[in-house]
Amino acid sequence: MAGTVLTVTSGKGGVGKTTTTANLAVALARGGKKVICIDGDIGLRNLDVVLGLENRIVYDLVDIVEGRCRLRQAMIRDKRLPELYLIPAAQTRDKNAVSPSDMVRLAEELRAEFDWILIDSPAGIERGFRNAIAPADTAVVVTNPEVSAVRDADRIIGLIEAEEKGPARLIINRLNPNLVKRGDMLSADDVVELLAIELIGIVPEDENVVVSTNKGQPVAMDGKTRAGEAYNNIARRLCGEKVPFMNLDEKEGIFHKLSRMMRPGGD
Amino acid sequence: MVTEKKQLINIKGVKDGLLITVGEADWPELQAALFTVLEERASFLQGARVALDVGNHILRAVDVGSLRDHFSEKNIALWAILSNSPVTEKNAQAMGLATRIHTPRPERTIRALDTNLPGETAIMVQRTIRSGFKISHNGHVVVIGDVNPGGEIFAGGSVVIWGKLKGMVHAGMEGDEKAVVCAMEMEPMQLRIAGYTLNLPPKRGKPEPEMVYIQDGRVITEAWKSKGK
Repeated sequence: MAGTVLTVTSGKGGVGKTTTTANLAVALARGGKKVICIDGDIGLRNLDVVLGLENRIVYDLVDIVEGRCRLRQAMIRDKRLPELYLIPAAQTRDKNAVSPSDMVRLAEELRAEFDWILIDSPAGIERGFRNAIAPADTAVVVTNPEVSAVRDADRIIGLIEAEEKGPARLIINRLNPNLVKRGDMLSADDVVELLAIELIGIVPEDENVVVSTNKGQPVAMDGKTRAGEAYNNIARRLCGEKVPFMNLDEKEGIFHKLSRMMRPGGD
Repeated sequence: MVTEKKQLINIKGVKDGLLITVGEADWPELQAALFTVLEERASFLQGARVALDVGNHILRAVDVGSLRDHFSEKNIALWAILSNSPVTEKNAQAMGLATRIHTPRPERTIRALDTNLPGETAIMVQRTIRSGFKISHNGHVVVIGDVNPGGEIFAGGSVVIWGKLKGMVHAGMEGDEKAVVCAMEMEPMQLRIAGYTLNLPPKRGKPEPEMVYIQDGRVITEAWKSKGK
Protein backbone atom coordinates (compact mmCIF):
# COMPACT_ATOMS: atom_id res chain seq x y z
CA MET A 1 0.00 0.00 0.00
CA ALA A 2 1.40 3.34 -1.04
CA GLY A 3 -0.57 6.18 0.49
CA THR A 4 -1.11 9.63 -0.92
CA VAL A 5 0.28 12.66 0.86
CA LEU A 6 -2.17 15.54 0.61
CA THR A 7 -1.24 18.98 1.91
CA VAL A 8 -4.00 21.39 2.82
CA THR A 9 -2.87 24.98 2.52
CA SER A 10 -4.14 28.49 1.81
CA GLY A 11 -1.62 31.25 2.30
CA LYS A 12 -4.01 33.40 4.28
CA GLY A 13 -4.92 32.45 7.83
CA GLY A 14 -8.40 31.84 9.09
CA VAL A 15 -9.92 30.54 5.89
CA GLY A 16 -10.53 27.09 7.33
CA LYS A 17 -7.46 24.96 6.60
CA THR A 18 -7.59 23.14 9.90
CA THR A 19 -11.35 22.64 9.74
CA THR A 20 -10.97 21.35 6.20
CA THR A 21 -8.13 18.99 7.14
CA ALA A 22 -10.09 17.59 10.09
CA ASN A 23 -13.26 17.13 8.10
CA LEU A 24 -11.57 15.59 5.07
CA ALA A 25 -9.72 13.20 7.37
CA VAL A 26 -12.98 12.22 9.06
CA ALA A 27 -14.81 11.89 5.74
CA LEU A 28 -12.04 9.76 4.21
CA ALA A 29 -11.95 7.55 7.31
CA ARG A 30 -15.72 7.17 7.19
CA GLY A 31 -15.30 6.01 3.62
CA GLY A 32 -13.15 3.13 4.87
CA LYS A 33 -9.75 4.65 4.24
CA LYS A 34 -6.91 4.49 6.70
CA VAL A 35 -6.04 8.11 7.37
CA ILE A 36 -3.47 10.01 9.39
CA CYS A 37 -3.36 13.75 9.73
CA ILE A 38 -0.27 15.69 10.68
CA ASP A 39 -0.58 19.11 12.24
CA GLY A 40 2.11 21.21 10.55
CA ASP A 41 1.35 24.31 12.58
CA ILE A 42 4.08 23.93 15.18
CA GLY A 43 3.67 26.46 17.96
CA LEU A 44 0.03 27.20 17.12
CA ARG A 45 -1.44 23.76 17.06
CA ASN A 46 -5.17 23.28 16.89
CA LEU A 47 -5.95 20.35 14.66
CA ASP A 48 -6.09 18.30 17.85
CA VAL A 49 -8.73 20.66 19.24
CA VAL A 50 -10.89 20.52 16.12
CA LEU A 51 -10.67 16.72 16.14
CA GLY A 52 -11.40 16.61 19.87
CA LEU A 53 -8.16 14.79 20.67
CA GLU A 54 -6.23 17.42 22.63
CA ASN A 55 -6.48 15.66 25.98
CA ARG A 56 -4.77 12.57 24.59
CA ILE A 57 -1.51 14.15 23.41
CA VAL A 58 1.61 12.66 24.96
CA TYR A 59 4.19 13.00 22.20
CA ASP A 60 4.19 15.25 19.15
CA LEU A 61 5.75 15.81 15.75
CA VAL A 62 8.90 17.42 17.14
CA ASP A 63 9.38 14.50 19.57
CA ILE A 64 9.38 12.12 16.59
CA VAL A 65 11.79 14.25 14.58
CA GLU A 66 14.16 14.70 17.50
CA GLY A 67 14.01 11.02 18.39
CA ARG A 68 12.38 11.29 21.82
CA CYS A 69 9.70 8.80 20.85
CA ARG A 70 8.90 6.24 18.22
CA LEU A 71 6.57 7.22 15.42
CA ARG A 72 3.85 4.95 16.74
CA GLN A 73 3.91 6.52 20.19
CA ALA A 74 2.99 9.93 18.82
CA MET A 75 0.10 8.65 16.70
CA ILE A 76 -3.22 9.30 18.45
CA ARG A 77 -5.98 6.97 17.40
CA ASP A 78 -9.47 8.41 17.18
CA LYS A 79 -11.87 6.27 19.18
CA ARG A 80 -14.87 7.21 17.08
CA LEU A 81 -13.20 6.21 13.81
CA PRO A 82 -10.60 3.51 14.40
CA GLU A 83 -8.95 4.15 11.04
CA LEU A 84 -8.23 7.80 11.84
CA TYR A 85 -4.98 8.91 13.45
CA LEU A 86 -3.40 12.23 14.35
CA ILE A 87 0.18 13.35 14.82
CA PRO A 88 -0.13 16.61 16.75
CA ALA A 89 2.20 19.58 16.49
CA ALA A 90 4.38 20.71 19.36
CA GLN A 91 3.00 23.75 21.08
CA THR A 92 6.15 24.89 22.86
CA ARG A 93 8.39 25.04 19.81
CA ASP A 94 8.35 26.86 16.46
CA LYS A 95 8.42 25.97 12.77
CA ASN A 96 12.22 25.73 12.69
CA ALA A 97 12.14 22.66 14.93
CA VAL A 98 11.32 20.61 11.82
CA SER A 99 12.90 20.71 8.36
CA PRO A 100 11.35 19.86 4.99
CA SER A 101 13.53 16.75 4.77
CA ASP A 102 12.29 15.60 8.21
CA MET A 103 8.77 15.82 6.84
CA VAL A 104 9.69 13.88 3.72
CA ARG A 105 11.23 11.09 5.81
CA LEU A 106 8.22 10.97 8.11
CA ALA A 107 5.78 10.84 5.22
CA GLU A 108 7.77 8.04 3.57
CA GLU A 109 7.43 5.98 6.72
CA LEU A 110 3.69 6.61 6.97
CA ARG A 111 3.03 5.98 3.31
CA ALA A 112 3.46 2.23 3.75
CA GLU A 113 0.76 2.04 6.35
CA PHE A 114 -1.91 4.59 5.43
CA ASP A 115 -4.09 5.33 2.42
CA TRP A 116 -4.07 9.05 3.08
CA ILE A 117 -1.60 11.26 4.87
CA LEU A 118 -3.14 14.71 5.35
CA ILE A 119 -0.87 17.58 6.31
CA ASP A 120 -2.40 20.72 7.77
CA SER A 121 -0.19 23.58 6.64
CA PRO A 122 0.16 26.73 8.72
CA ALA A 123 -0.70 30.09 7.19
CA GLY A 124 2.05 31.93 5.42
CA ILE A 125 4.64 31.06 2.82
CA GLU A 126 7.65 30.54 5.08
CA ARG A 127 9.23 27.54 6.78
CA GLY A 128 5.94 26.07 8.02
CA PHE A 129 4.53 26.04 4.50
CA ARG A 130 7.78 24.61 3.09
CA ASN A 131 7.66 21.84 5.68
CA ALA A 132 4.07 21.02 4.83
CA ILE A 133 4.49 21.03 1.06
CA ALA A 134 7.83 19.18 0.86
CA PRO A 135 6.42 15.64 1.17
CA ALA A 136 3.17 16.35 -0.73
CA ASP A 137 2.02 14.27 -3.67
CA THR A 138 -0.82 16.68 -4.22
CA ALA A 139 -2.19 19.80 -2.60
CA VAL A 140 -5.55 21.33 -1.86
CA VAL A 141 -5.80 25.09 -1.60
CA VAL A 142 -8.56 26.40 0.66
CA THR A 143 -9.89 29.87 0.06
CA ASN A 144 -12.86 32.02 1.00
CA PRO A 145 -14.81 33.98 -1.58
CA GLU A 146 -13.02 37.19 -0.55
CA VAL A 147 -10.53 39.23 -2.54
CA SER A 148 -7.78 39.00 0.07
CA ALA A 149 -8.08 35.23 0.50
CA VAL A 150 -8.15 34.70 -3.26
CA ARG A 151 -5.07 36.85 -3.70
CA ASP A 152 -3.14 34.75 -1.20
CA ALA A 153 -4.47 31.56 -2.73
CA ASP A 154 -3.12 32.72 -6.08
CA ARG A 155 0.29 33.26 -4.52
CA ILE A 156 0.30 29.86 -2.87
CA ILE A 157 -0.81 28.14 -6.08
CA GLY A 158 2.16 29.73 -7.81
CA LEU A 159 4.49 28.49 -5.07
CA ILE A 160 3.04 24.99 -5.28
CA GLU A 161 3.64 25.04 -9.03
CA ALA A 162 7.19 26.24 -8.41
CA GLU A 163 7.72 23.29 -6.03
CA GLU A 164 6.41 21.06 -8.82
CA LYS A 165 3.65 19.75 -6.58
CA GLY A 166 0.94 21.11 -8.82
CA PRO A 167 -1.59 21.37 -10.12
CA ALA A 168 -3.25 22.09 -6.81
CA ARG A 169 -7.01 21.70 -6.45
CA LEU A 170 -9.32 24.25 -4.95
CA ILE A 171 -11.84 24.24 -2.12
CA ILE A 172 -13.97 27.33 -1.71
CA ASN A 173 -14.95 27.52 1.93
CA ARG A 174 -17.72 29.51 3.63
CA LEU A 175 -19.59 30.51 0.52
CA ASN A 176 -22.84 32.28 1.30
CA PRO A 177 -25.26 31.75 -1.61
CA ASN A 178 -27.49 34.62 -0.50
CA LEU A 179 -24.64 37.11 -0.45
CA VAL A 180 -23.48 35.90 -3.85
CA LYS A 181 -26.99 36.33 -5.21
CA ARG A 182 -27.09 39.89 -3.95
CA GLY A 183 -23.74 40.52 -5.63
CA ASP A 184 -22.02 41.15 -2.29
CA MET A 185 -19.72 38.15 -2.41
CA LEU A 186 -17.45 36.72 -5.09
CA SER A 187 -19.14 33.79 -6.75
CA ALA A 188 -17.48 30.41 -7.16
CA ASP A 189 -17.21 31.23 -10.85
CA ASP A 190 -15.33 34.44 -10.13
CA VAL A 191 -12.85 32.63 -7.91
CA VAL A 192 -12.29 29.74 -10.31
CA GLU A 193 -11.89 32.13 -13.22
CA LEU A 194 -9.06 33.96 -11.52
CA LEU A 195 -7.26 31.02 -9.98
CA ALA A 196 -7.66 28.77 -13.01
CA ILE A 197 -7.27 25.46 -11.17
CA GLU A 198 -9.65 22.56 -10.73
CA LEU A 199 -12.41 23.12 -8.21
CA ILE A 200 -12.88 20.09 -6.01
CA GLY A 201 -15.52 21.42 -3.64
CA ILE A 202 -17.58 24.28 -2.34
CA VAL A 203 -18.38 24.33 1.36
CA PRO A 204 -21.34 26.58 2.19
CA GLU A 205 -21.26 28.86 5.20
CA ASP A 206 -22.81 26.81 7.99
CA GLU A 207 -23.00 27.71 11.67
CA ASN A 208 -22.89 24.02 12.54
CA VAL A 209 -19.20 24.18 11.69
CA VAL A 210 -18.53 26.66 14.50
CA VAL A 211 -20.50 24.59 16.98
CA SER A 212 -18.88 21.33 15.98
CA THR A 213 -15.39 22.81 15.96
CA ASN A 214 -15.85 24.01 19.51
CA LYS A 215 -17.06 20.58 20.56
CA GLY A 216 -14.24 18.75 18.81
CA GLN A 217 -16.77 16.85 16.74
CA PRO A 218 -16.16 17.60 13.02
CA VAL A 219 -19.32 18.10 10.96
CA ALA A 220 -18.24 15.36 8.58
CA MET A 221 -18.81 12.80 11.37
CA ASP A 222 -22.41 12.68 10.24
CA GLY A 223 -23.40 13.85 6.79
CA LYS A 224 -26.50 15.59 8.08
CA THR A 225 -25.38 19.20 7.88
CA ARG A 226 -24.78 21.05 4.61
CA ALA A 227 -21.10 21.53 5.37
CA GLY A 228 -20.74 17.93 6.50
CA GLU A 229 -22.26 16.74 3.27
CA ALA A 230 -19.94 19.00 1.27
CA TYR A 231 -16.85 17.60 3.02
CA ASN A 232 -17.98 14.03 2.45
CA ASN A 233 -18.47 14.83 -1.23
CA ILE A 234 -14.97 16.31 -1.47
CA ALA A 235 -13.49 13.20 0.14
CA ARG A 236 -15.22 11.04 -2.46
CA ARG A 237 -13.91 13.26 -5.24
CA LEU A 238 -10.40 12.94 -3.80
CA CYS A 239 -10.79 9.18 -4.16
CA GLY A 240 -11.61 9.63 -7.82
CA GLU A 241 -15.40 9.37 -7.68
CA LYS A 242 -17.48 11.65 -9.85
CA VAL A 243 -19.82 13.39 -7.43
CA PRO A 244 -22.10 16.16 -8.68
CA PHE A 245 -21.80 19.49 -6.89
CA MET A 246 -24.41 20.21 -4.22
CA ASN A 247 -27.29 22.46 -4.95
CA LEU A 248 -26.50 25.36 -2.62
CA ASP A 249 -29.65 27.34 -3.19
CA GLU A 250 -32.77 25.66 -1.88
CA LYS A 251 -35.25 28.27 -2.98
CA GLU A 252 -34.51 28.69 -6.61
CA GLY A 253 -33.70 25.10 -7.40
CA ILE A 254 -30.65 25.19 -9.57
CA PHE A 255 -27.89 27.44 -8.27
CA HIS A 256 -25.57 26.76 -11.14
CA LYS A 257 -24.69 23.80 -13.15
CA LEU A 258 -21.64 23.51 -11.04
CA SER A 259 -20.52 20.41 -12.82
CA ARG A 260 -19.34 22.82 -15.48
CA MET A 261 -16.68 23.97 -13.08
CA MET A 262 -15.37 20.45 -12.58
CA ARG A 263 -13.29 20.96 -15.67
CA PRO A 264 -9.63 21.54 -14.95
CA GLY A 265 -9.01 25.14 -15.73
CA GLY A 266 -6.09 26.97 -17.26
CA ASP A 267 -2.61 25.69 -16.84
CA MET B 1 64.64 4.87 -33.41
CA VAL B 2 63.64 6.91 -36.41
CA THR B 3 60.20 5.32 -36.75
CA GLU B 4 59.59 5.94 -33.08
CA LYS B 5 60.36 9.57 -33.54
CA LYS B 6 58.14 9.79 -36.55
CA GLN B 7 55.14 8.71 -34.52
CA LEU B 8 55.56 11.75 -32.35
CA ILE B 9 55.08 13.99 -35.37
CA ASN B 10 52.03 13.92 -37.61
CA ILE B 11 51.60 15.85 -40.79
CA LYS B 12 48.31 16.34 -42.54
CA GLY B 13 46.91 18.59 -45.20
CA VAL B 14 44.46 21.30 -44.19
CA LYS B 15 42.79 24.09 -46.10
CA ASP B 16 45.59 26.56 -45.45
CA GLY B 17 48.49 24.21 -46.20
CA LEU B 18 49.95 21.62 -43.83
CA LEU B 19 49.26 21.08 -40.19
CA ILE B 20 51.88 19.41 -38.01
CA THR B 21 50.74 18.01 -34.71
CA VAL B 22 52.91 16.57 -31.97
CA GLY B 23 52.44 13.54 -29.68
CA GLU B 24 53.00 13.00 -25.98
CA ALA B 25 56.60 13.76 -24.98
CA ASP B 26 58.78 16.44 -23.47
CA TRP B 27 59.37 19.44 -25.63
CA PRO B 28 63.13 18.89 -26.26
CA GLU B 29 62.39 15.35 -27.44
CA LEU B 30 59.56 16.58 -29.64
CA GLN B 31 61.67 19.31 -31.08
CA ALA B 32 64.40 16.82 -31.92
CA ALA B 33 61.84 14.53 -33.54
CA LEU B 34 60.39 17.43 -35.47
CA PHE B 35 63.78 18.52 -36.79
CA THR B 36 64.51 14.95 -37.84
CA VAL B 37 61.27 14.79 -39.78
CA LEU B 38 62.01 18.11 -41.44
CA GLU B 39 65.39 16.75 -42.45
CA GLU B 40 64.05 13.47 -43.79
CA ARG B 41 61.13 14.91 -45.67
CA ALA B 42 62.81 18.09 -46.80
CA SER B 43 61.86 17.63 -50.45
CA PHE B 44 58.20 17.05 -49.59
CA LEU B 45 58.01 19.97 -47.25
CA GLN B 46 59.97 22.46 -49.24
CA GLY B 47 58.00 25.57 -50.04
CA ALA B 48 55.03 24.46 -47.91
CA ARG B 49 52.94 26.65 -45.65
CA VAL B 50 52.95 24.98 -42.26
CA ALA B 51 50.99 25.47 -39.08
CA LEU B 52 52.32 23.75 -35.98
CA ASP B 53 50.07 22.61 -33.17
CA VAL B 54 52.11 22.19 -29.99
CA GLY B 55 49.22 21.26 -27.72
CA ASN B 56 49.81 22.06 -24.08
CA HIS B 57 53.52 22.75 -24.37
CA ILE B 58 54.69 26.07 -23.14
CA LEU B 59 57.18 27.51 -25.58
CA ARG B 60 59.47 30.31 -24.58
CA ALA B 61 60.25 33.05 -27.07
CA VAL B 62 63.63 31.46 -27.80
CA ASP B 63 61.91 28.13 -28.56
CA VAL B 64 59.56 29.82 -31.00
CA GLY B 65 62.45 31.72 -32.57
CA SER B 66 64.47 28.56 -32.93
CA LEU B 67 61.51 26.81 -34.60
CA ARG B 68 60.95 29.62 -37.03
CA ASP B 69 64.66 29.79 -37.95
CA HIS B 70 64.83 26.06 -38.42
CA PHE B 71 61.78 25.99 -40.67
CA SER B 72 63.02 28.89 -42.76
CA GLU B 73 66.43 27.22 -43.18
CA LYS B 74 64.59 24.35 -44.87
CA ASN B 75 62.65 26.85 -46.95
CA ILE B 76 59.40 26.01 -45.17
CA ALA B 77 57.05 28.83 -44.21
CA LEU B 78 55.96 28.42 -40.60
CA TRP B 79 53.07 30.83 -40.44
CA ALA B 80 51.16 29.72 -37.34
CA ILE B 81 51.70 28.07 -33.97
CA LEU B 82 48.63 26.70 -32.30
CA SER B 83 48.63 26.12 -28.59
CA ASN B 84 46.37 25.72 -25.59
CA SER B 85 48.83 27.78 -23.62
CA PRO B 86 48.30 31.53 -23.60
CA VAL B 87 52.02 31.99 -22.95
CA THR B 88 52.95 30.11 -26.11
CA GLU B 89 50.33 32.03 -28.06
CA LYS B 90 51.68 35.31 -26.80
CA ASN B 91 55.26 34.38 -27.69
CA ALA B 92 54.19 33.18 -31.14
CA GLN B 93 52.32 36.39 -31.75
CA ALA B 94 55.38 38.38 -30.65
CA MET B 95 57.27 36.63 -33.45
CA GLY B 96 54.63 37.67 -35.93
CA LEU B 97 53.07 34.22 -36.17
CA ALA B 98 49.38 33.49 -36.28
CA THR B 99 47.78 31.45 -33.49
CA ARG B 100 44.51 30.53 -35.24
CA ILE B 101 44.34 28.74 -38.53
CA HIS B 102 40.67 29.22 -39.32
CA THR B 103 40.58 32.97 -39.28
CA PRO B 104 37.19 34.27 -40.36
CA ARG B 105 37.39 36.14 -43.62
CA PRO B 106 35.55 39.42 -43.37
CA GLU B 107 34.08 39.27 -46.86
CA ARG B 108 32.42 35.95 -46.05
CA THR B 109 30.81 36.85 -42.70
CA ILE B 110 27.25 35.64 -42.83
CA ARG B 111 25.06 38.68 -42.33
CA ALA B 112 21.77 36.83 -42.61
CA LEU B 113 22.04 35.43 -39.08
CA ASP B 114 22.61 38.83 -37.60
CA THR B 115 19.05 40.15 -37.50
CA ASN B 116 18.99 41.39 -33.92
CA LEU B 117 18.03 45.01 -33.99
CA PRO B 118 19.14 46.97 -30.97
CA GLY B 119 16.55 46.87 -28.22
CA GLU B 120 14.46 44.33 -30.10
CA THR B 121 14.98 41.27 -27.96
CA ALA B 122 11.92 39.73 -26.37
CA ILE B 123 11.13 36.94 -23.99
CA MET B 124 7.99 34.90 -24.11
CA VAL B 125 6.42 33.58 -20.95
CA GLN B 126 3.92 30.83 -21.42
CA ARG B 127 2.25 30.67 -18.04
CA THR B 128 0.00 32.60 -15.74
CA ILE B 129 1.86 35.19 -13.69
CA ARG B 130 0.34 34.68 -10.26
CA SER B 131 0.43 36.94 -7.25
CA GLY B 132 3.96 37.40 -5.94
CA PHE B 133 5.70 36.47 -9.18
CA LYS B 134 7.73 38.98 -11.13
CA ILE B 135 9.08 39.04 -14.66
CA SER B 136 11.85 41.50 -15.34
CA HIS B 137 13.52 41.86 -18.73
CA ASN B 138 15.41 44.57 -20.60
CA GLY B 139 13.61 43.96 -23.88
CA HIS B 140 10.00 43.21 -24.70
CA VAL B 141 7.88 40.75 -22.74
CA VAL B 142 5.19 38.56 -24.24
CA VAL B 143 2.94 36.62 -21.89
CA ILE B 144 0.66 33.87 -23.06
CA GLY B 145 -1.57 33.59 -20.03
CA ASP B 146 -3.01 35.96 -17.47
CA VAL B 147 -1.23 38.39 -15.18
CA ASN B 148 -3.13 38.05 -11.92
CA PRO B 149 -3.48 40.74 -9.26
CA GLY B 150 -0.18 40.90 -7.38
CA GLY B 151 1.81 39.67 -10.38
CA GLU B 152 4.37 42.12 -11.80
CA ILE B 153 6.04 42.66 -15.14
CA PHE B 154 8.92 45.06 -15.70
CA ALA B 155 10.10 45.49 -19.28
CA GLY B 156 12.58 47.76 -20.98
CA GLY B 157 10.38 47.65 -24.06
CA SER B 158 6.76 46.78 -24.72
CA VAL B 159 4.55 44.25 -22.98
CA VAL B 160 2.04 42.10 -24.83
CA ILE B 161 -0.32 39.92 -22.83
CA TRP B 162 -2.33 37.29 -24.57
CA GLY B 163 -4.71 37.04 -21.65
CA LYS B 164 -6.06 39.22 -18.87
CA LEU B 165 -3.94 41.91 -17.33
CA LYS B 166 -4.99 42.35 -13.72
CA GLY B 167 -1.61 42.84 -12.12
CA MET B 168 1.07 45.50 -12.45
CA VAL B 169 3.00 46.34 -15.61
CA HIS B 170 5.82 48.80 -16.13
CA ALA B 171 6.76 49.04 -19.80
CA GLY B 172 9.69 51.15 -20.98
CA MET B 173 11.13 51.10 -17.49
CA GLU B 174 14.39 52.66 -18.67
CA GLY B 175 12.44 55.64 -19.97
CA ASP B 176 11.39 54.41 -23.42
CA GLU B 177 8.19 56.34 -24.12
CA LYS B 178 7.61 54.42 -27.33
CA ALA B 179 6.84 51.28 -25.36
CA VAL B 180 3.25 50.03 -25.53
CA VAL B 181 1.19 47.67 -23.42
CA CYS B 182 -1.35 45.38 -25.03
CA ALA B 183 -3.73 42.93 -23.36
CA MET B 184 -6.82 40.96 -24.26
CA GLU B 185 -8.46 42.38 -21.15
CA MET B 186 -6.97 45.55 -19.73
CA GLU B 187 -7.74 45.74 -16.01
CA PRO B 188 -4.34 46.41 -14.45
CA MET B 189 -3.96 47.27 -10.79
CA GLN B 190 -1.43 49.77 -12.03
CA LEU B 191 0.13 50.46 -15.39
CA ARG B 192 3.27 52.45 -16.03
CA ILE B 193 4.94 53.41 -19.27
CA ALA B 194 8.32 55.11 -18.90
CA GLY B 195 7.64 57.88 -16.34
CA TYR B 196 3.85 57.87 -16.73
CA THR B 197 1.51 56.11 -14.33
CA LEU B 198 -1.99 55.21 -15.33
CA ASN B 199 -4.82 54.14 -13.11
CA LEU B 200 -7.56 52.97 -15.41
CA PRO B 201 -11.14 53.54 -14.36
CA PRO B 202 -13.05 50.33 -13.57
CA LYS B 203 -14.21 48.59 -16.70
CA ARG B 204 -17.73 48.76 -17.90
CA GLY B 205 -19.35 46.34 -20.32
CA LYS B 206 -17.71 43.59 -22.26
CA PRO B 207 -13.93 43.64 -22.08
CA GLU B 208 -12.07 44.01 -25.34
CA PRO B 209 -8.41 43.88 -26.35
CA GLU B 210 -6.79 47.21 -25.72
CA MET B 211 -3.48 48.95 -26.25
CA VAL B 212 -2.01 51.67 -24.09
CA TYR B 213 0.71 54.04 -25.27
CA ILE B 214 2.08 57.52 -24.79
CA GLN B 215 1.44 60.25 -27.35
CA ASP B 216 2.40 63.90 -26.90
CA GLY B 217 2.83 63.41 -23.20
CA ARG B 218 -0.60 61.82 -22.74
CA VAL B 219 -1.55 58.27 -22.01
CA ILE B 220 -3.83 56.92 -24.72
CA THR B 221 -5.96 53.79 -24.41
CA GLU B 222 -7.49 52.45 -27.57
CA ALA B 223 -8.93 49.25 -28.99
CA TRP B 224 -6.18 46.87 -30.00
CA LYS B 225 -7.08 46.01 -33.52
CA SER B 226 -4.17 45.62 -35.88
CA LYS B 227 -0.58 46.71 -35.80
CA GLY B 228 -0.12 49.53 -33.35
CA LYS B 229 2.13 52.52 -33.43
